[in-house]
Amino acid sequence: MDLEFRIPLGDWVDVGLDWLLATFAAVFAFIRTVFLAAYDSLEWLLTTPPSWAIIIVFAAIAYAARGWKLALGTALGFLLIVGVNQWDNAMESFALVIVATVVAILLSVPTGILAASSATASAIIRPILDFMQTMPAMVYLIPALVMFRVGVVPGIIATIIFSMAPGVRFTELGIRGVDKEVVEAGYAFGSSPGSILRKIQLPLAMPTIMAGINQVIMLALSMVVIAGMVGAGGLGGEVVASLNRIDAGLGFEAGLAVVILAIFLDRVTASVGKTSEPGGRAGAGRLAKQSLQNA
Amino acid sequence: MNEQIALSVQNVYKVFGKRPAEAVKRMKAGKTRDEVSALGTAAVIDASFDVRAGEIFVVMGLSGSGKSTLIRTLNGLQPQTAGNVVVGGTDISTISDAELRKVRQQKISMVFQHFALMPHRTVADNAAYALEVQGMAKAERLARAEKVLKLVGLEGWGDKFPAELSGGMQQRVGLARALCAETDILLMDEAFSALDPLIRREMQEQLVALQADLGKTIVFITHDLNEAMFLGDRIAVMRDGRIVQIGTPDDILTHPANDYVAQFVQDVDRTRVLTAGSVMEPARAVVNLSGGPRNALRTMRDLQTSAAFVVDQRRTFFGTVRDRDVMHLVESRAPDLAAAVRNGNGAVRAETPLSELFGLAVESPIPLPVVDDEGRLVGAIPRVTLLAALGNVPSSTTDIPIVESAPAPIPEQEVTRTLNKTSMGIKTSAEGGTR
Ligand SMILES: Nc1ncnc2c1ncn2[C@@H]1O[C@H](COP(=O)(O)OP(=O)(O)OP(=O)(O)O)[C@@H](O)[C@H]1O
Ligand SMILES: [Mg+2]
Repeated sequence: MDLEFRIPLGDWVDVGLDWLLATFAAVFAFIRTVFLAAYDSLEWLLTTPPSWAIIIVFAAIAYAARGWKLALGTALGFLLIVGVNQWDNAMESFALVIVATVVAILLSVPTGILAASSATASAIIRPILDFMQTMPAMVYLIPALVMFRVGVVPGIIATIIFSMAPGVRFTELGIRGVDKEVVEAGYAFGSSPGSILRKIQLPLAMPTIMAGINQVIMLALSMVVIAGMVGAGGLGGEVVASLNRIDAGLGFEAGLAVVILAIFLDRVTASVGKTSEPGGRAGAGRLAKQSLQNA
Repeated sequence: MNEQIALSVQNVYKVFGKRPAEAVKRMKAGKTRDEVSALGTAAVIDASFDVRAGEIFVVMGLSGSGKSTLIRTLNGLQPQTAGNVVVGGTDISTISDAELRKVRQQKISMVFQHFALMPHRTVADNAAYALEVQGMAKAERLARAEKVLKLVGLEGWGDKFPAELSGGMQQRVGLARALCAETDILLMDEAFSALDPLIRREMQEQLVALQADLGKTIVFITHDLNEAMFLGDRIAVMRDGRIVQIGTPDDILTHPANDYVAQFVQDVDRTRVLTAGSVMEPARAVVNLSGGPRNALRTMRDLQTSAAFVVDQRRTFFGTVRDRDVMHLVESRAPDLAAAVRNGNGAVRAETPLSELFGLAVESPIPLPVVDDEGRLVGAIPRVTLLAALGNVPSSTTDIPIVESAPAPIPEQEVTRTLNKTSMGIKTSAEGGTR
C-alpha cells in the first residue's frame, strides 16, 4: 500500500512570503530603490560615452592586469560585440553583474569571516550555502519578483543569492588555511582578534579570497540570461527574446557577447588574485603594506 | 611575593575534551590519566614550578608529553583547566582579555617552532611587530627593530622577506621579534628543533650569550636532551602530562628521579654536560707545604700512595709531589718541600666540562686535581671516576682497579726506614697530615 499524505510545504512558503511582504514592505522598497539607483548610474556611465572610449578603458584595465595580449583580445572582443549590435545590451548586463557582484562580495566575505571564526557559525552557514547553490536558480526569481516587481532588481537579487556561496566558502577556507602558528604569534604578542584579522588573516587569505571572488563573478554572469526572464533586459533579455522568436542567429550573437564578457572578467580578476599569491611574495608584501597604510 | 620569581605555575591542569573540569576533579581524587581518558585528554597534570628571574628553565619530554600545552598556558594561549599561572606578579587566570593582552605585550613574549613569521611582511616589519601592537610610531619601531636585528646578527636584512632567508636566519628574526618586545620573559617552544644540527648549535650558543647579556628569563621547550643539558639552568622532565623531575642538568644526570628519567638521560653526551666539579671526589692525599718533606712522606706512607697534592694553609693548590722525590729531600735533610713540587698548573677548574679532561687524564699518572675560582683544591678526579661518569656506573667502582692510576708506591718499610734513619729525635706533630 502507498503512503498517502501531502505536506503543504508550498502553502507554508506562500504564507510566509505574504507575511514577509506585509511586514517588510518598506525594507523591500528601500532595497529596490538603492539597487535600482546603483544599476542605473552604472549603466548610464557605461552607455553614455561612445563605445570606443569604454573599449579603451577596458583594454587599459586588461593591460594593467595582464599585459598587452589581454588588452588586444579585450579590444577585439568588445569591437565584435559592437559589430553584432549588442553593445548596449552587453553594458546593461555588465552593470547588472557588477552591482550584483559587489553586493555579493560585501555579504559573502564577512559571512566567510564569521564562519571561519566559529565552528558553530560554520555548521549553520554551510547547509544554507548548499541550499542556495543547489536550488534551481529560477526558483529564486519567483519570490524576488513578488518582492521587487518586474525589472532589473529581482534579477540582481537572484544573481546575488545564486553567486554568493563561493565567496563565503573561499573566504572561510582562506582564513582557516592561514598558518595557525602565525595567528598564534599574533595573539602571543598581545594583538586583538580584530587586528589579527586585518593584519594577518585577511592579507594571507587574500589569494584564496580572490579566487572565490572570481567564482562569484563567473556565477553572476551565468545568471545574466536567467535574469533576462524577469525583465532585467540586457543580453539575457535578448536571449529570452530570441527563444520566444526561435531566432537562432540573434541568440548566438547575444550568447557570444556573454562569453566575451565572461572571459574578460575572468582573466582580469584571476590576475588580480595572482599578484597577491605567495609565489610573488614581494607583491603580496606590497599589497599588504598598502592596505595597512590605508587602514 | 618573592621578586626573584619571574613566573610561577601552581597546580596547573589542562584537559582537552568534553568534560575537562570533571576530569580534573577525578584526577585530584586520585584517578590516573588513563582512567579519565573518557572525559578528555589530560595534557598537563598538576604542574607546579617557579621560574627564577634570569634563569633558563627547560621543559623536556617525549612527543605528546604536554610540553607545548604547558608553555601555552604560561601566556594564556591555552587557558588552563585548573590551577594558577602567575606572570611577574599577575595571576593571568583571573584577568580580562584586555589585561591579558597587556601582559603579553609587556611581560612575556614567545618564539615559535616553525618561526611563525608573517610572510607578507619584511624582516624589519616582522621584528617590529610587537612594538607595532604596542602602538609605537613606525619610524621609532623600525629603528628599534634594526638594532635588535643587529644584535641577532641580521644587520642589513631588514628589507628582505622571510621566504628569502634560510631557516636559521628566519628563527633569528623570530628571536628578534621576541627580543624587540623587551619583555622580561621569553617562551621558546622547540625554537631550534626545525634547524640543522650545526645551525642549531650556533643558535644555542647565541641564546646563552644573549641571555647572559640581557638577563632574560627563558622557558625553553625541547625534546632534545643534549639541548636541554646545554641550555638549562634547571630542567623539568615531563612524562604523560606530569612533571616527573625538576633539577639542574647535573641532578638529572646523576640522580634521575626514576627509571623513566634514567632511561631518558641514558644517551646524553655526558661529556658536554658533566663538569669536573660534578664528578670529582674528595682529594685524600693532600699534604701541607709548610709541613715539610718528612711530614709529606709520612702521610704518603700512611695512605699508601705514591703521590700527593700540595696545598698551603688556605688550601691553595701548589702542585703534586712524588714519594721518590720527597724521599730524596728527606735523605738530604732538605727543610723545604717546595723543591719537590711539580706541575703547579696541572689543576683543572671545577666548571671544566668532562670532554676537556680526557687529554689531561691520559697524560697524568695521578688523579686530576680540581680547584675552585680562587685556586683552592676542592677535589680530585681519578681516571676510573672519569670513566665511571661516562657510563653512569656508581663511582664506588673506584675501588676496582680498572686503570692503574698511579705508579706503585715505594714499599712501606723502605719509607719507614728512611724516616727513622733521618730522624733527629724531633717528634713531628700530626699537623700537615691528611687534612
Ligand atoms: N588542541 C588540542 N585538542 C585536543 N588535544 C590536544 C590539543 N593539543 C594537544 N592535545 C593533546 O595533548 C597532549 C599533549 O600535547 P602537546 O602538544 O602539549 O605535546 P608536546 O609535548 O608538545 O609534543 P610534541 O613534542 O610532539 O610537540 C597530546 O596527547 C595531544 O594529543
Ligand atoms: Mg610541542
